[in-house]
Amino acid sequence: MSKEPAAPPSTPDAPPALELCGIDKRFGAVHANRAITFAVAAGSSHGLIGENGAGKSTLMNIVYGFHCADSGEIRVQGRTVEIGSPQQAIAAGIGMVHQHFMLVENFTVLENVVLGVEGGALLAGGLAAARAELGRLARDYGLEVPLDAVVSELSVGLQQRVEILKALYRGAEVLILDEPTAVLTPHEADQLFAMLRRLRAQGKAVILVTHKLREIMAVTDRVTVMKQGAVVAEVATRETSPRGLAEHMVGRAVLLQVEKRPAQPGAELLSVKALEVRDRLGVARLKSVSFNLRAGEIVGIAGVAGNGQSELLEALAGTRAASRGEISFGGRDLVREQLDPRARRALGLAHVPEDRLRMGVVAGFSAADNAILGYHDAARFNRGGLRDEAAIRAACAAKMAEFDVRPPQPELRLAAFSGGNQQKLVLAREIDADPQVLLIGQPTRGVDIGAIEFIHKRLIALRDAGKALLLVSVELDEILALADRILVMNGGEIIGELARADATEEKIGLMMAGVRAEVSP
Amino acid sequence: MSAPAKLPRWAEFGLLPLINLAVALVVAGVIIKILGESPLAAFKLMATGALGTQEGIGYTLYYATNFIFTGLAVAVAYHAGLFNIGAEGQAYIGGLGTGLVCLYLGTWPFWVVLPLAVLAGAIFGAAWAFIPAWLQARRGSHIVITTIMFNFIAAALMTYLLVNVLIKPGQQSPETREFSTNAVMPAAHELFDKMGITVVATPLNLAFGLALVAAVGVWIFIWRTRWGFALRVAGANSAAAVYAGISPPRIIVGAMLISGALAGGLGLNELMGSQHRILMDFPSGAGFVGIAVALMGRNQPVGIVVAAVLFGALYQGGSQLSFDMPKINRDMVVVIQGLVILLCGAMENVFRAPLTALFARVRSGKGIE
Ligand SMILES: Nc1ncnc2c1ncn2[C@@H]1O[C@H](COP(=O)(O)OP(=O)(O)OP(=O)(O)O)[C@@H](O)[C@H]1O
Ligand SMILES: [Mg+2]
Repeated sequence: MSKEPAAPPSTPDAPPALELCGIDKRFGAVHANRAITFAVAAGSSHGLIGENGAGKSTLMNIVYGFHCADSGEIRVQGRTVEIGSPQQAIAAGIGMVHQHFMLVENFTVLENVVLGVEGGALLAGGLAAARAELGRLARDYGLEVPLDAVVSELSVGLQQRVEILKALYRGAEVLILDEPTAVLTPHEADQLFAMLRRLRAQGKAVILVTHKLREIMAVTDRVTVMKQGAVVAEVATRETSPRGLAEHMVGRAVLLQVEKRPAQPGAELLSVKALEVRDRLGVARLKSVSFNLRAGEIVGIAGVAGNGQSELLEALAGTRAASRGEISFGGRDLVREQLDPRARRALGLAHVPEDRLRMGVVAGFSAADNAILGYHDAARFNRGGLRDEAAIRAACAAKMAEFDVRPPQPELRLAAFSGGNQQKLVLAREIDADPQVLLIGQPTRGVDIGAIEFIHKRLIALRDAGKALLLVSVELDEILALADRILVMNGGEIIGELARADATEEKIGLMMAGVRAEVSP
Repeated sequence: MSAPAKLPRWAEFGLLPLINLAVALVVAGVIIKILGESPLAAFKLMATGALGTQEGIGYTLYYATNFIFTGLAVAVAYHAGLFNIGAEGQAYIGGLGTGLVCLYLGTWPFWVVLPLAVLAGAIFGAAWAFIPAWLQARRGSHIVITTIMFNFIAAALMTYLLVNVLIKPGQQSPETREFSTNAVMPAAHELFDKMGITVVATPLNLAFGLALVAAVGVWIFIWRTRWGFALRVAGANSAAAVYAGISPPRIIVGAMLISGALAGGLGLNELMGSQHRILMDFPSGAGFVGIAVALMGRNQPVGIVVAAVLFGALYQGGSQLSFDMPKINRDMVVVIQGLVILLCGAMENVFRAPLTALFARVRSGKGIE
């Protein structure tokens, strides 16, 4: 990612594309936004960073009409606008790509994009026009998406493109992206940034919420740092550095790379032989995958999203049926015996799912209920046939303290927690179960740099305690930071294996693109 | 992620249902006015008819008993993400089970007959719910459609049985013989009598107590057991259920069995408590009222009991009305009841959005404008 020259500043007297004045918002006792003021000029891009729970998503949700501010004003092109609903936000030219996608899973891409702006009572005409328009947008911004694919069949990365297309299709002048790269590969992220630069060059205003400081450095003109609901700094990107931003955010120096000792792999804990997974249409998503996991090592799976990593994790965890092959764990064959996720958990196989909101949690339930999901049958949470409410609460409170989940309120609905805090709770649940093998998809998706440091330390501690970890991450940095051994997937196959010492970004990148390497022993 | 702001609990569970009820009454009032009667007088008549006398209260609670059973049935299915429209049919067939025990084992002592009758009602009701549940779980046939169809099948089956098999020999109307006295639910006025308190005789009977016990049981099951937790997880997010090792098909079947069993409780009140025989169409719509009761009671047992009593009062007050106001006949009362069901049940969300917006505004002192 190279830094482009900043866009020419708009003429001084032109009003900002978007201006927030004294936005204030409370959720009960939580003061999520404290008198936030900032402005974004047309033709510029503005970064918004801060710890988990700092209030970034809340602020953006207010701009997009999902929440109503307690006080404060929003101005678009100098005009004060009332934004009480997303419809009003869209009408004011504000588009948003959410941290959690808002797509109708069983609709096609095309249907999702035109949803709500079908244009006319008859769908067919609108759809044809939309198809042409989307073709143009896809060409202009390099956003190729199969328009007739059903959204639920798309990888997370592609689903996000649909979200972006949706906003552009609705004519957004201000585009808000809430952690857009959390799920993208570096390559996809580069494509996204190229697109954001093009948008900026065309005079659109971009607001980028992210935890990745190099993205801020690469693509923004100014940065606002939030902490506990308030703006603590606003700087020109040119005049700052990742380290400086991190300190603004966390209030202390942050280790951007966690130290770890070389692995001491022990006995084989899990082995996979010729595993095959087919999707609903009978297409093989996983083709004859074989590998093993040994005690005391972290194995990372690298690959462009959608090349079978998700299917592999799910087949191992038992949430997706394998059509052929063998998974040996704890002296059992999980495939032949068709053990369900509960039985696998009981054997010591824990799973942090990639898409936590879809699969890992129940958004409407309390944090305490979510902290026992999957372990709700365990003796420690039940007494005499009834749930042991006190124990459930206490266990959640302990996890919240240990993983710094904020606010530490076990009875609060999960949906009321910020994205990073939800993720921390899921990790806490699975790590605290003390599994033999931990499957982790995107462990630090959406968590702030302070928390990444902590989570990485915990995962390494788990490894050093003699457990095996299988890590799927779209963050190559993360895989390089954690894994002792790296498997690269392409087209549903493992096309190469690298010891950490031999792995470089270039080598992995080549293999991810499908260039086979001789498998090292 | 974040849904639009939520209402505070007291507004969600108290204010919103009251607004719905008030609107229903206003519309009903307009109709009464058009019919040429005074709405105020009519409502007063309904209120005193339902709650102003011992007799009224007795009838109100007697009707409420049916609604508690069916309301709980709908609620349990709802928590599992299922819309059980079939409580009517399940109550009908469940009542058959209860009735058969009373007919053929009814000479045994009451304390033996009672548990058998409860069990038979539950099993028959559950069995009737099982087939739609199984079809949904295994074949994906939509439960709303199948349970509706099973209401019709239940009605046809019961007609056949009553006309051809169970009918009391030498009789015209399709009804069974009367249960023996051992198979009759003790009436409330008898129970009060034993305590030395004299009250007016009404059909209110011990089944009301059983309905309350069922409500407590449902509350404990849903909120305090791991099975209830699994059921709620499956109802709220089936992908998360699979992830947690909860089998959604198994939950579908389990929840519907419980739902059907609860609906089957209606026969205890209606047949054992009041009619003392099996007759045609004894659930008389209580299965559908149960949907409105569950919605209005927010699928919470306490709310369901309150809503059931309200609907009971509406039924009792309504019959009083058709009695005393000649211009308002039985059919008009059904129309008024239907309005309440429509506004409190089917359209209960109509006022949610404006109310939520109002709250957001009041809370912030001023709007964002
Ligand atoms: N609907 C809600 N009800 C109650 N509290 C809420 C609600 N939404 C957000 N909050 C609280 O407001 C605070 C700010 O949350 P927000 O989601 O804006 O954080 P964020 O900066 O986006 O964090 P992250 O980086 O983890 O996504 C948090 O403490 C959160 O728990
Ligand atoms: Mg956020």
